[in-house]
Amino acid sequence: MKKIVEKHPLAIRWFHWLNFPILAIMIWSGLLIYWANDVYRLGWGNTTVLKFFPQSFYDLLNIPHHLAMGMAFHFVFMWLFAINGLLYVLYTIISGEWRLLLPDRHSFKEAFLVILHELHLRKTLPPQKKYNAAQRIAYSGIIIMGLGSLITGLAIYKPIQFYWLCNLCGGYAAARIEHFTLTIGYVLFFAIHIIQVVLAGWNNFRGMVAGFEVQEETKTNP
Amino acid sequence: MINEPITEQKIRRRTLISFAVFGIMIAIGIGAWYWLYHQPLDNGNDTGIQKPLRNVLNANEKIFEKTISNNHLAKTYPVEKAAKNVRVNGNVGMQGTLDTTNWRLHLVRAPGDTLILTLADIQKLPKTEIVFDFKCVEGWDQVTHWGGVRFSDFAAYYQLPVDSPNQYAAFVTPDEKYYVGIDLPSAMHPQTLICYEMNGKPLPQNQGYPLRLIIPTKYGIKSLKRIGTLYFSAQRPPDYWAERGYDYFAGL
Repeated sequence: MKKIVEKHPLAIRWFHWLNFPILAIMIWSGLLIYWANDVYRLGWGNTTVLKFFPQSFYDLLNIPHHLAMGMAFHFVFMWLFAINGLLYVLYTIISGEWRLLLPDRHSFKEAFLVILHELHLRKTLPPQKKYNAAQRIAYSGIIIMGLGSLITGLAIYKPIQFYWLCNLCGGYAAARIEHFTLTIGYVLFFAIHIIQVVLAGWNNFRGMVAGFEVQEETKTNP
Repeated sequence: MINEPITEQKIRRRTLISFAVFGIMIAIGIGAWYWLYHQPLDNGNDTGIQKPLRNVLNANEKIFEKTISNNHLAKTYPVEKAAKNVRVNGNVGMQGTLDTTNWRLHLVRAPGDTLILTLADIQKLPKTEIVFDFKCVEGWDQVTHWGGVRFSDFAAYYQLPVDSPNQYAAFVTPDEKYYVGIDLPSAMHPQTLICYEMNGKPLPQNQGYPLRLIIPTKYGIKSLKRIGTLYFSAQRPPDYWAERGYDYFAGL
């Protein structure tokens, strides 16, 4: 016997799916801005391990050399990114959904067990509610990263009027590097997220669109 | 969590409706993007930005101009932190070399009331120096050292019309190839200078000799080199980079 289990509230699904294109536009327009002065690299001294970014990368993603357009899109869609994110946080607080999302004192140890399980090094999973310990950490972390993007972004956008914010970030140049690094973080998050969604399968994906999962009804223990 | 026994049919129907709505929303989103991306550009040529984006940038200005304060200062540095090799990034309006025998500042206080000033007329005013982190719209920044006259001192001495109905100061190069408009609160900010020195020496030709604007509260695109004319306006004066898609305000 199959049963429907309600999983994601409608509001959460809206916030999630709105954030996807908005963040994509923020990253794309951010790349348009960054390309005007693409000096960041991983390396030491004169040794460069990875340059951000090789020409082929810009060509592949169709990033034209148009700083003005990048700034315009970035400073329009920043509002949507901020408002959608703030509404999401407000919703999780008011609805009580935060209880399922925030890591608790067991989460950091359990997340390690979850990772062992996913690497097929461990058979069993720790007991979980809606999200496992690794998910709690990842989904709370990504929100803190979003807040970090707003703070570092505002520090870069108005470094004189919000000089205290710029100082908090360690100065103008540091705020830019932090803002850039957070973006790299989103891309890594996205890559892992997609892999996990594919591995978790259709029932899980449908949950993020339709809101419910289908489970086989099991006998409850007395 | 609410659990209820349900048939396969019910699962199918709910899935179908949800994904239909999901698909419609994706279509609307793509349509909205297509609409925005293909809106007419604000200046009628291919270097502008879509008009709705320009409207939001202007709205952003209305919000963030409220944060301008004479107490909000660009961070300053000790003079030894200043770069010796100062980056040169633009040469529009800078063709040929100038010398002060043929250069004059045309100071338009009102229609029919233009003062013609020599560099000495400006240098007799109190000198102010600043070492600050110059910020280019491209993303680079450089600590640089400038000397000149505070715009507010200059305005007071020559009794410039820096109040209503005027809202903007406009700076133009002698050949009128480069031009910027500055909102008056930013122009009157205590760190806004009209400069004749860099690193304690007269400005090099490629840094705007004999006189340039240095406005730390805005991106470098607003710090016009080689001032030829200064006038005041109630409306936005033409601005070289704003005509090419950049934010008019460009405030930091």
